[in-house]
Amino acid sequence: MDYVFTLEFIYLVASITYILGLKMLGNPESARRGNIIAAIGMTMAILGTIFLFQGTVPKLIYLLIGAAILIGTLIGWMVAKKVAMTKMPELVSLFNGMGGASAALIGLIEFNHYSGDTLSTMTILGGIIIGSISFSGSMIAWGKLSGTIKKPFRLPSYNMINNVFLVALVLFATYITWTSSASLVFLYLLFLGALAYGVLFVLPIGGADMPVVISLLNSFTGLAAALGGFLYGNMVMLTGGILVGSAGTILTFAMCHAMNRPLSNVIFGGFGDTGSDIPGSTGIKGDIKKTTVSDVAILMNYSQKVIIVPGYGLAVAQAQHAIHELEQLLEKRGIDVKYAIHPVAGRMPGHMNVLLAETNVEYDKLAEMEDVNPEFQNTDVVFVVGANDVVNPAAHNDPSSPIYGMPILDVENAKHIIVNKRSMKPGYAGIENELFFNQKTSMLFGDAKSVIQSLITELKGMS
Amino acid sequence: MTELIEFISSNIQMIYIVILMIFVGVEIIGHVPAVLHTPLMSGANAIHGVVVIGAILVMLDSEPDNILALSLGFVAVLLGTLNVVGGFLVTDRMLEMFKKKK
Repeated sequence: MDYVFTLEFIYLVASITYILGLKMLGNPESARRGNIIAAIGMTMAILGTIFLFQGTVPKLIYLLIGAAILIGTLIGWMVAKKVAMTKMPELVSLFNGMGGASAALIGLIEFNHYSGDTLSTMTILGGIIIGSISFSGSMIAWGKLSGTIKKPFRLPSYNMINNVFLVALVLFATYITWTSSASLVFLYLLFLGALAYGVLFVLPIGGADMPVVISLLNSFTGLAAALGGFLYGNMVMLTGGILVGSAGTILTFAMCHAMNRPLSNVIFGGFGDTGSDIPGSTGIKGDIKKTTVSDVAILMNYSQKVIIVPGYGLAVAQAQHAIHELEQLLEKRGIDVKYAIHPVAGRMPGHMNVLLAETNVEYDKLAEMEDVNPEFQNTDVVFVVGANDVVNPAAHNDPSSPIYGMPILDVENAKHIIVNKRSMKPGYAGIENELFFNQKTSMLFGDAKSVIQSLITELKGMS
Repeated sequence: MTELIEFISSNIQMIYIVILMIFVGVEIIGHVPAVLHTPLMSGANAIHGVVVIGAILVMLDSEPDNILALSLGFVAVLLGTLNVVGGFLVTDRMLEMFKKKK
């Protein structure tokens, strides 16, 4: 059998594993196997590319490729295995940026080899622009999620500046293609411009919207990979890239849908109008009621039904094991306990489910928003742990609020609301929450983990 | 106009693949529960690491005395590998949590 055919066949099989893998990832039963299948396909395609290559290649180059793969594998392995579950979202962003950078570098190298060929030049420049935006954008998203970059940063009338910038980039790329310019200065200018655009594109977007941004940049990288496939006539890059590009786009829309916000609103600033005066921060005045651990313990002990609303604060405090223990303790006393999971609880859709599943919370104790919302009126105690924006009634009542229209958990229908937070600081969206000033709400300040642990101790003392 | 026709006819196979793959991608993702959005995104993230194949091809094709191309290619392969290995492993770690309990 000749090498070319074998390689093409491997690419075909790899493409099928990507499709199957993604399909299986959509179902909790088969998700893990799906991921492994796609990984096997990828490994085959990479090994095939190296060992079935036609042509004589100096040993040195093989050595370099091997070294690069080895170093990349080691670093990727260590980072992926070591990082805490709470840091997963920023890790996805980081890896996405690496892919984008790789695509952009390919374009930079290949530019000279294809000068004069209009179609290839277009493909290469497209790959450089999209890959660079994906890289620098992902790095900013990573910084935002890990808390390195705190506040959204906005130039005055940044939307116009960004749009003009993007048009300028495209025009510049068209100019380079049109004049068949082989100027490396132009090429690197375009590269730097695209990097700058990625930064400008993501900087103004609020941290709460980062999952959507990452998903969007994810499909960008897919597109950049597909452009590379087009350039080389490489089928596996083409299928893999386009598949991720289109699936990523749909996923982006699905996430926006879960937050009930159109994509344009995320990118061109639903939160963008909040620049000078933050709506929602004014108007809510009143007293908050503080409570103590022992009061809450008594309240819970004599309840019939308790619903726990976990948020990112719980994840940060690493309190998922403590909350599971509390849940089991209450269950043992015949109290009905459930978790109400908002679709975007945590930092990414499904993030909270992953964290709680890690502690062996039973799958059917995790209730989705639509199912649990009617239950709040029959609930004695709602225990909100480190969640804020997903229980903010402003989403229902205040049309001027940036989160207006987002579906929320209707915790205010319950008889008692206990909110555990570290301080009165506003949530990720940076807006006040009138729930805290509600008559039925009592605030239980403190670190989630130590508060829950003292609750458990207190409860064990009663019987 | 003739250029466009020429472009289409000489790349018709790839155009077919692009169009069909777009539909496959859309169909695959439709109606996935929100719970799985994060792992799905992470899995897709790993798959676009296929770009590493392009980086490998660049290196295999480059002249051994072209230091710039070799070093950029080296970085490209390294970053692409990071994307693939890290992407699949992180996804696996997330999904490990979903395993069935008795």
